[in-house]
Amino acid sequence: MSDQNMKIKLRVWRQKGPTYPGKLETYELDNVNEHMSFLEMIDVLNEKLVQEGGEPVAFDHDCREGICGMCSMTIDGNPHGPNKGTTACQLHMRNYKDGDTITVEPFRATAFPVIKDIMVDRSAFDRIQQVGGFISVSTGNAPDAHAVPVSKEKADLAFDAATCIGCGACVAACKNASAMLFVAAKVSQYELLPQGQPEKEDRVLNMVAKMDEEGFGSCSNTGACSASCPKEISLENIARMNRAYSRASFKKR
Amino acid sequence: MSTKLDSKIPSGSIETLWQKHKFDMKLVAPNNKRKHTVIVVGTGLAGAAGAASMAELGYHVKSFCIQDSPRRAHSIAAQGGINAAKNYQNDGDSVYRLFYDTVKGGDFRAREANVYRLAELSVNIIDQAVAQGVPFAREYGGYLDNRSFGGAQVKRTFYARGQTGQQLLLGAYSALMRQVGKKTVELFNRREMLDVVVHDGKARGIIVRNLLTGELETHIADAVCLATGGYGNVFYLSTNAMASNVTAAWRAYRKGAFFANPCYTQIHPTCIPVSGDYQSKLTLMSESLRNDGRVWVPKNKGDKRPPSEIPEEDRDYYLERRYPSFGNLVPRDVASRAAKKACDDGFGVGATGLSVYLDFKNAIERDGEEAISARYGNLFHMYEKIAGESPYKSPMRIYPAVHYTMGGLWVDYHLMTTVPGLFALGEANFSDHGANRLGASALMQGLADGYFVIPSTIGNYLANHSFDKMTEDHDAFRDSKEQCYKRTTQLLKMKGSKTVDDFHRRLGHIMWDNVGMARNKEGLTSAITDIKSLREEFWSDARVVGEADQVNNELEKAGRVADFLELGELMARDALERNESCGGHFREEYQTEEGEALRDDTKFSHAAAWEFKGDSAPPERHKEELKFDHVKLAQRSYK
Repeated sequence: MSDQNMKIKLRVWRQKGPTYPGKLETYELDNVNEHMSFLEMIDVLNEKLVQEGGEPVAFDHDCREGICGMCSMTIDGNPHGPNKGTTACQLHMRNYKDGDTITVEPFRATAFPVIKDIMVDRSAFDRIQQVGGFISVSTGNAPDAHAVPVSKEKADLAFDAATCIGCGACVAACKNASAMLFVAAKVSQYELLPQGQPEKEDRVLNMVAKMDEEGFGSCSNTGACSASCPKEISLENIARMNRAYSRASFKKR
Repeated sequence: MSTKLDSKIPSGSIETLWQKHKFDMKLVAPNNKRKHTVIVVGTGLAGAAGAASMAELGYHVKSFCIQDSPRRAHSIAAQGGINAAKNYQNDGDSVYRLFYDTVKGGDFRAREANVYRLAELSVNIIDQAVAQGVPFAREYGGYLDNRSFGGAQVKRTFYARGQTGQQLLLGAYSALMRQVGKKTVELFNRREMLDVVVHDGKARGIIVRNLLTGELETHIADAVCLATGGYGNVFYLSTNAMASNVTAAWRAYRKGAFFANPCYTQIHPTCIPVSGDYQSKLTLMSESLRNDGRVWVPKNKGDKRPPSEIPEEDRDYYLERRYPSFGNLVPRDVASRAAKKACDDGFGVGATGLSVYLDFKNAIERDGEEAISARYGNLFHMYEKIAGESPYKSPMRIYPAVHYTMGGLWVDYHLMTTVPGLFALGEANFSDHGANRLGASALMQGLADGYFVIPSTIGNYLANHSFDKMTEDHDAFRDSKEQCYKRTTQLLKMKGSKTVDDFHRRLGHIMWDNVGMARNKEGLTSAITDIKSLREEFWSDARVVGEADQVNNELEKAGRVADFLELGELMARDALERNESCGGHFREEYQTEEGEALRDDTKFSHAAAWEFKGDSAPPERHKEELKFDHVKLAQRSYK
């Protein structure tokens, strides 16, 4: 194998807890392999820190295959790093070269308070989901799956929206820390399907209201959210949600 | 045979068993349901579906997960699909056929009654998911599309591109969030279960560690459901998520729940090969790829030409050659062993020689790149990111990896463990897959258990028992909490010289080499000794840094690895005692002349359930004899 060990200088945000001040600490690694994922590099750093008696960097991660949405870090200013459509766990060190310096920080947003180091609290997303991110069908009530045909086009669009992994990169990328793309993806999924129609007005009104209440900012249509989304959720979902929101506001007023 | 294991399979005809039994079970009246608290640990398919469905019925549910959100549970990573006997394809499928395929696929080591119920409920799952807005793949006419999967000759797998688990989990999560919003479910995220509390012979609550504050919390209930997934991470490298662990199930085992068939491990044939020591996990490439991909190795040993330069006549499509009727779609255990054999015999490819090709060239020529991309786009994308090569241009390189564990807590027909009031759902139990799980059956089982089985059986349990009023300062809770506290303190006190990961990695090597794809008496015997000494070393020389009263990932890992160090030994014991080969358990001493698994139905047609007997005594092996009244026991053949 053409394994080359790279030297990498890492500047990592260290913060003991929510109420402590944080700062960037510098660490040097001299055995970074190009096939490593970015998180495996942090594993290597952590193992070294433990051996040296230091405290490892706390970070959220789980599936390491780009689907659970748990990893959340801003790498050189970009949520999840430089590659399009890629979570931090799927970013590989072959994207870097020997001698590079990389800065790793938590997702920054008022609605995502830092817990420790690069871990943040994203439970606001769950709370938004609780006020409308569902179809009210209790177990046992379902008709046969073929009772209602759904056009392939709509089903595919609904799927594209539903691929959101709830990581929060959209919020971290937005200058206003808006959660519009996250909320719009969920609203769109149901908006596009016949099963989502009965509750559509309440859904969009309640979810948007909750988003505002949780302290997320407003949308100014700059599109940083979609550009940094690891699942490349389209801005069209925001347009769709805006239309749904207007319709619902008139109807419910 | 042990008198302790009563599977409580109702009597009657298998086709009407579940319907009839639902009528025979006792019910809890609507106004009494809210008086019962039920704890559900884990928020994957089984846990989220179960918690939401029980809350819909009116029970007060407490739901726990280790991640920051219930939506992160590892069911999310399941790719290929979910089986259901809808027969929408008119290709001869039926509940009976799905039942038959699953029992046969499990190498005749599963309980018939459970599997039949699973096949029966499969159709309701699809209905439920569609009603929830799960965007399954559809045909142009607006109806649901299906694909085929290993071990079946009908197309019965429903899918949502390569992200079926994600979509089904988000469906269950949305149902759960709806109940949290209604305050019928109390959600506790970032909590890890450290013990089950048993009082008066019944499970009455749990002790959890709050992963943010380190506080040990007590939660009281009338029943506890564990939906905590499988234990594949005992191998260190697996396709499981980093935090997937056995701790909840293991703590239950130590409190009296029998652990069944721990040796049945599924090694998935199509994973991205290992590239180096730093590697933290392995990534699965869905079995659905075998619908269109052809598995091959060069015919000549050590052929180092790039795959594009190896002509057809120098390629060995060994699955198509050895199993002409199922070809590339043989079940997982068969495909994995065939890949291992090809590599062991020196035909493997790649730098390490430990991989085989999965080639889409023919499929792309036949159907076009666009059609292949529509089916597998995200998988190809994922492969390219990890391996740095495009499967559109050159074949994928794949190798088997630990993926799923069929073994788990022993449960009866009601999904109740040997501890009354303690239930196990989904991968955490042992019930439906026998010695080998067929593809697209895990999602089916998790959701069947969660949406349909536990909401019925929990009522029967609650209606048949009375419950003492308990408070946190009851001795049972205090003792349990004290034990958890002592263990945490002990872990932090050692201040040894080796990291937790170092121990985990070494355990993984022992397991992979001796309790992996091929096992033998000698290897298993030495594994038992080696794991014991590694465990002793762990408890004297592990280095766990940080404090107990704050976020401490190292402490979390240490607790999990400590439990894996006990489980690994039980797996080896179980594999050693099972003197036959079946499904995911392959003993080299027991094989046919052609190298296929050789079962011994006279001696081993049973589930082995292990009872914990204390740290200083060996566990006791109990048997649940399996009866096959419907599926004829036969040498499994996919030729």
